[in-house]
Parts: sequence; structure tokens; C-alpha cells
Amino acid sequence: MLPALPIIIPLLTACACLLFGHRARLQRALAVLGAGGLLVAAITLFTRVWIDGVLVLYVGGWQAPFGITLVADTLAALMVLVAALMHLAVSVYSLANVDARRQRYGYFTFMNIMLMGVCGAFLTGDLFNLYVWFEVMLIGSFVLLVLGGGRAQMEAGIKYVTLSLLSSALFLAGVGVIYGIAHTLNMAHLSQRLTLAAEADPWLVVAASVLLLLSFGLKAAVFPLYFWLPASYHTPSPAVSAIFAGLLTKVGVYALIRVFTVVLPPSNYTLNLLLVTAGLTMLLGVFGAVSQSQIRRILSFHIISQIGYMVMGLALLVSPDPAIQRLSVAAAVFYIAHHIIVKTNLFLIGGTVRALTGTERLDRLGALLNRAPWLAILFLIPALSLAGLPPLSGFWAKLAIIKAGFEAQQYTLTVVALFAGLLTLVSMLKIWNEAFWKPAPDDEITPDDGDRNGPPSRRLALLVTPSIVLAVLTLAIGLYPQALLSASQRAAGELLDRAGYVSAVELRPEPVTQSETEKDAP
Amino acid sequence: MNSLVFRTTTRAVTPLLLAFSLFMLMRGHNEPGGGFIGGLLAVTAFALYALAFDAGQARALLRVQPRTLTAIGLVLAVASGCLAWLAGQPFLAGLWLPFDLPAELKLGTVLLFDIGVYLVVLGAALLVLLTLGEE
Repeated sequence: MLPALPIIIPLLTACACLLFGHRARLQRALAVLGAGGLLVAAITLFTRVWIDGVLVLYVGGWQAPFGITLVADTLAALMVLVAALMHLAVSVYSLANVDARRQRYGYFTFMNIMLMGVCGAFLTGDLFNLYVWFEVMLIGSFVLLVLGGGRAQMEAGIKYVTLSLLSSALFLAGVGVIYGIAHTLNMAHLSQRLTLAAEADPWLVVAASVLLLLSFGLKAAVFPLYFWLPASYHTPSPAVSAIFAGLLTKVGVYALIRVFTVVLPPSNYTLNLLLVTAGLTMLLGVFGAVSQSQIRRILSFHIISQIGYMVMGLALLVSPDPAIQRLSVAAAVFYIAHHIIVKTNLFLIGGTVRALTGTERLDRLGALLNRAPWLAILFLIPALSLAGLPPLSGFWAKLAIIKAGFEAQQYTLTVVALFAGLLTLVSMLKIWNEAFWKPAPDDEITPDDGDRNGPPSRRLALLVTPSIVLAVLTLAIGLYPQALLSASQRAAGELLDRAGYVSAVELRPEPVTQSETEKDAP
Repeated sequence: MNSLVFRTTTRAVTPLLLAFSLFMLMRGHNEPGGGFIGGLLAVTAFALYALAFDAGQARALLRVQPRTLTAIGLVLAVASGCLAWLAGQPFLAGLWLPFDLPAELKLGTVLLFDIGVYLVVLGAALLVLLTLGEE
């Protein structure tokens, strides 16, 4: 039952918020309570997976491969844990950052529906079910993106919806081809059958892989499919941007990792494609970031550049040495976990800057170091971590990726990664210089949201506490990376052990006659 | 729409449509039908009423807020899955009462799930229709 809880709890929270939408205080309490419950369930799930190994749930009692299977391995459990943590942080932040009108129109409901989709995508062991969870997640995110309904938001919403639908259509086409090849959708079953199919007709399997690669690439925002992201992520409320930036693209990366390790047979064609993509994503993302002058726009471009590093970890599977493969996938997993925490935090801090000053345009900001020195420190921790400075979490993430890159002898790509890291530092320092360091511009700064004298202290506490917790977490991972590193190594080991994944799911033996598969419930 | 014929017909047809939607809901387990189709039929009943009179009166006929219906439906659907868990079976496994009602009506968690779907479809579609109708 445990693997289903991260799906049920957000759904029930969404129901509760829908029922009590007209009672503002009760709804807020329920939302935070639900997020807390999800975190407890995620911690329990991770502990159980850590102690007992892969947990499998046959939904409805239908055995694999006939029914839908939920598979909680170390990677899935880790991702659910990080997602639950971000959900709680953003829910608390939303209490002070999202206005009452948006809350009444279902902000918390759709936030929870989106989280249900995210957790479902992490936990499912069925390719078509993954598609369904993607859709659930997207429906939630569509509403969150346009909630409040400004002109810029609507424009961003149209781009985002169109590109998401395109991505879903490609995914569905890929699933269709794969079902045509293998006659199954269960990931463990596919793992067995596609290996056989690839021996018979390798290019057919590659064609299906490329369809999935395009679809997940659009969701993960890799080169050349990233243009929708900087066009939409800076428009909604800061809390919404933060959870989008933290989780949504990473679900795409997760799907890439899951599908290209466990499900699809390894193919150098797709991996080489991923190698090139990774390099260009890192480079063009960070170029975009350097050229921007609004906090959230800069951060949006950074998401793209960082996605490149994660994809690079996956693409290094091209190396034939199993030890390097393990290192590179572990590095990718470590990078995702670190990145989700840091990126969410940077967007939250960007939102706090806007709440304090009423703007996020760098030319109108300034002297925040004098006005709010604590905010400056709070910003520096995730910013330097993102750039990869020791002793913060990003240093270990980058170190692992670059070590894997050198060992796999992909020198060009590794140098690109180092160069992109340098430019990341440059653009982080740009935010620092412009917003915190330089003297304030002449025109009077007016705080946002109607509060002329700055937000009252209670509101400010709600805005800052989540950032502090996440910053402490970044520091903790940086000072003691061993915990997350061993979790990522174990996740990588499980991902590369296809036979282990298949045996954990315990496929029912192949049916002898047709009638056996059609036997119905009583 | 201000037409005596339409209004009179609607008064007669609405209860029939609602009864038929319940029939579709009940027969859904083994034959075509189910919560989704039943819910849509119930929506047509209220939509017809809203056309013949107005959206406000259709809302009055419904008595409950559409979004409350949606929420209750979702809770019922989740609850039907969790009942199996309480009985020590995997989430969403079908449980059945040992006796049948007349006309081969089987009672179980699957029917509860279908009722949940019925309410969600009814609530969500009416939320859209009535909001548009009142503007």
C-alpha cells in the first residue's frame, strides 16, 4: 500500500481544498497539513525502500504485466521524497505569497493535483500509465500557470499548453510503436521483450526511442526544444514558478533516465544524440542566462543549462565500462536531487525580493545588501551552490559529472561543462552585483502587493522560513555528501541492473491460452 | 428560451433523463454504461433545464454547489480504492457483498467508484456550463 500513498494523499488534499474552498483559513491549514502528510509518507516510503529494497504494488490486485504496477525503487523513492519536501516548502511560502483570490479559485487544489501527477510519474512501472501521470501533472500546471489571468500569463499559457500537447502526442506515438513491437506496456516486461526485438530489428526500436526522446526532451527543455520554458516560467506567482522550476522539467529528465536505462535496450545512436544535446543545452542555456536582466528570467535559463548536466550524466552511458556507467548515472541522480532543492530555493528568494521591493528587474533593484543582509546570505548559498562552489551541494554534483566525463574520455563535452559552470557563476554574480551590491537607483522603491511599508513580519517569516530550511539542506548536502551520494549510487546500481528490476516486479509467466488473459473479476 | 412548448416538455423530460442516467450508472458493470456516461446524461438533464428556464434556476434545482459534488465524487472514488486496502488487498481491488440485489445488481466497491465518477462528471461539467450560462 505504501507506494500508493504519495498519490492518494495529494488527491485527498485536493478534494479537501475543493470542499472547503470558501473557508480560507481552513483551506490553508488543510493544504499545509496535506503537504506535511505527503512528506511523512515519502520519508516512510524511502526508509522502507532503503531497508527492504524495491517495493511493488499491483494496483487492483491485477498481477504484472496485466494490470498497472507501481514500482518504488531507490530512484523513485528519492524523487518522491525531494518532491514532497519542495511541496511542503512551497505550500508554506504560498500562504504569504499567493493572494486570497487565487486561493479561492483553487490554487491549492491544483497544486496538489499537479503533485499527484509528479509522484505518480515517479512511481509508475507502466509506460502508458506514465503518460497518464504526465497528463495529470500538466492539467494541474496549466491551471496554475494561468491562475490570476494577466495578459502575460495567458500568452505564456498558450505557448506552454501547445508545446505540452505536442510533447504528449509524440509520447503517445512512441508508446504506440512500442506496443506494436512488444505487445506490452509494463516496463519490466518491455525490458525483456524489447531486448529481443532490438536483436531482430534494431532500427525499429531506435525509431520508437527517438519519439520518446523528443517527447521527454520537450518536457525536460533540452536543446533545441527548450524555447517554451523561458517564455512561460517567469509569468505566474513566484510560488508557482518555484515549484515548476523545481519539479516539472525534472520529471522529464527522470522519464529519460528511467526509460533509457531500464526499459529501452542500450543503443549508441540515441546516446550519441543525447551527448550532443547535453553539450548544446548546457552552453545555450547559460548564454541565455547571461543575456537576461530579470531575476526569474535569468533563473529560467539556468534551469535549461543545468538540465544539460543531468542529460550528460545519462548520455555518458555510451561508455562501455560498467563502473563509469554507474558513476555517471549516480552523478545524474545526485544532480537532479541537488538541483531541485537549489532551484526551488532561488525562485523562492526571487519572489521574496519582489515582495520586498515590488520589482525583479535588475536595473531597478539595488542596495539590498544594506536593506536585508540576511536575504543576501540566503541568496548566496543556493546561488553559489548552483555555480558549483565548494563546500556546497552543487560542487559535488558537478565534480561527479565531470569526473565521469573525463573517465569516459568525452573531453570536449567535459570542457563545455566546465565552461558552462564558469558562466553560471558569472550570471549569479550579475544578480548579486545588481540586486544586492550596487547603490539603489534613484526612483523610490515600492513594495509589492499593496503593502506600502513592506510586508509585516509574520508574512515575511512565512516567506523566509522555507528558504532557510532549503539553504540549510544545501549546506548539509555540501558538508556531508555521503548520504545523498550513496543513495544515488544505489539508485544507479538498480537502474543498470535490468535483470534485478525485472525480477523485482515478478512478472506472471506467459499465459498459455487466450482465455486465461480474459478471465474477469467475479 | 421563452417557449411554452419547450418548457413544458423539459419539465417532463428532465426527470426521465435523470432516471435514465441512474439506469446507465447501474448497468455499467457488465454492459455499456457506467459512471461517466451516466454523469453526462445527468448533465444533459440540467443543461436542458438551464436552456428552458435559466442557469440560476438549474442551479437551484441542483441544490448543491457543483464543485462540492466534484469533491464528494472524488472522495468516494478514492474511498472505494482504500476500502480494499482496509480489507488487506491491494489499492483499488474490487470487493463485493455476498448477496445481490434484484435484477442482478451487484454491490461492491466498483459501484462506489462508478458513483464517484458520476458525481465528478456531473459536478465538473455543470460547473463549466452554469458558469458560462450565468455570464
